[in-house]
Amino acid sequence: MIYKLRHYFGLHRQNAIDAFDDLIQKPLASMLTIAVIGIALALPAALNLLVQNGRSVADSFDGIRDFSVYLKPSTSLADAGKLAESLRLRSSIKTVRIISADDALKDFQETSGYSEALSTLGTNPLPHTLVVRPTEAADAAKLTTLAAELSSKNNVDQVRIDTDWVKRLSAILDLLRRSVAIAGVLLIAAVIIIVGNTIRLDIQSRRDEIEVLKLLGASDGFVRRPFLYVGVWYGLVGGLFGIVLLVISALILAEPIERLTGLYQANFALQGLNFTSIGAILLGGFLSGWIGAWTAVSRHIASIQPE
Amino acid sequence: MIRFDHMTKRYEGGRDALRNISFEVPKGELVFLTGPSGAGKSTLLKLLACIERPTRGQVFVNDRNIGRLPNRQIPRYRQQIGLVFQDNKLLQDRSAFDNVALPLIITGMHQREVGRRVRAALDQVGLLKKEKSAPRTLSLGEQQRVGIARAVVSRPGLLVADEPTGNLDPELSLDIMRLFKRFNDIGVTMVIATHDLNLLNQLGGKRLVLKDGEIDEHTLPEFKR
Repeated sequence: MIYKLRHYFGLHRQNAIDAFDDLIQKPLASMLTIAVIGIALALPAALNLLVQNGRSVADSFDGIRDFSVYLKPSTSLADAGKLAESLRLRSSIKTVRIISADDALKDFQETSGYSEALSTLGTNPLPHTLVVRPTEAADAAKLTTLAAELSSKNNVDQVRIDTDWVKRLSAILDLLRRSVAIAGVLLIAAVIIIVGNTIRLDIQSRRDEIEVLKLLGASDGFVRRPFLYVGVWYGLVGGLFGIVLLVISALILAEPIERLTGLYQANFALQGLNFTSIGAILLGGFLSGWIGAWTAVSRHIASIQPE
Repeated sequence: MIRFDHMTKRYEGGRDALRNISFEVPKGELVFLTGPSGAGKSTLLKLLACIERPTRGQVFVNDRNIGRLPNRQIPRYRQQIGLVFQDNKLLQDRSAFDNVALPLIITGMHQREVGRRVRAALDQVGLLKKEKSAPRTLSLGEQQRVGIARAVVSRPGLLVADEPTGNLDPELSLDIMRLFKRFNDIGVTMVIATHDLNLLNQLGGKRLVLKDGEIDEHTLPEFKR
């Protein structure tokens, strides 16, 4: 029994080695297949990384729930100060910062590049602004009533909740994540079809050999095994190639992303390939290679009979 | 060893390749199957190799009704017989050694034992020194001998050969036939199809003559059940 088992695994090891040799023996054809598989596996993984990184960007802004309260242009700085004082007394508000119209203009001139145009205006078109930061204890409902109350005040022109764009980003990311899942399923299906077709051609070109093996008493399983291993190798090596593609892409993107996050002063580091995604790509390659090979062998090997 | 019992084989399209065949071959016998081409020699051998199934009647090998063998059991049955082909059917991308080793690997023999058995078989056909050669680098006669080594390496009780000398010149043919005879001498039952009557006259063995899908009555008495 133990001998039989050992023999069985020995045979599998031999099949695996032979199958790998087979791949190396026709490098061009194998490389083309492997490249297609690698790209097909790398694409959904790359999109997934993109979404994950987007999510962590969104998360890093999550703590910020500031309101910008734009006051009417007629409001004086003193009135703005008074309003700020009264707001500071509220329990749901942590801090209130006043950005005077002059400061805002100066800031705008520095960052926008429109300083020439702005200086020709003569008057400052910007209003005084209060930046209100609620306490952590304040929940969403409280914030909404607070915002409504603020916008009904006499001096207030407009209240903008700065987290709106974070929510929008979050919604876009959810949409993207589902799209990635769909793309992933489609691309995995493509890998299965590619491997299946490659193995089918392989079986056809070795038809004579399969006939001889069957004449010598080989079972379907015996004939099938080497082809299954070829499929698995295609998937695994294709997966490795996909990982290499992703690593290279990450290296190319690292610098511009750093610049971008620097601009947003976000506390954010690029999430590269972790072990989970590497494992997922290899597992995806393994499974789709195996399933692809299986679809081919199950249909074509039993139908080849010696005549 | 072999028993055909009122066996008829009809191919699709209506022609009877073999009609009402009944005969018996005892264990250890050497039988030459002869007759003009189209008489049904190949069909009879295909029935023995379980490549074709009888339309009516039965075929027994070792008391097993191989005409009714489930598909699943065909591989195991084929492992127990040796087949030799006119075109030798060697795998061109493997060495002589690897070709001869195939039947043993299929049955799952241990690697060390495989090496021992393959060398013994190659030695018996006089090709021990050519074990690493690719088939196409060997002469036709040598290729056929590798084919024979492959057929006997698993020590089958029955060896079936279809025109094994069909592609060879008379001298080589006699060589090959003498080789078969040697295996027959150690007890292997053999059915060899050939239309080379000159060759047969130089060898012993019994003859079963097929004509138009039926057994020639003159040759039948020796195989009467």
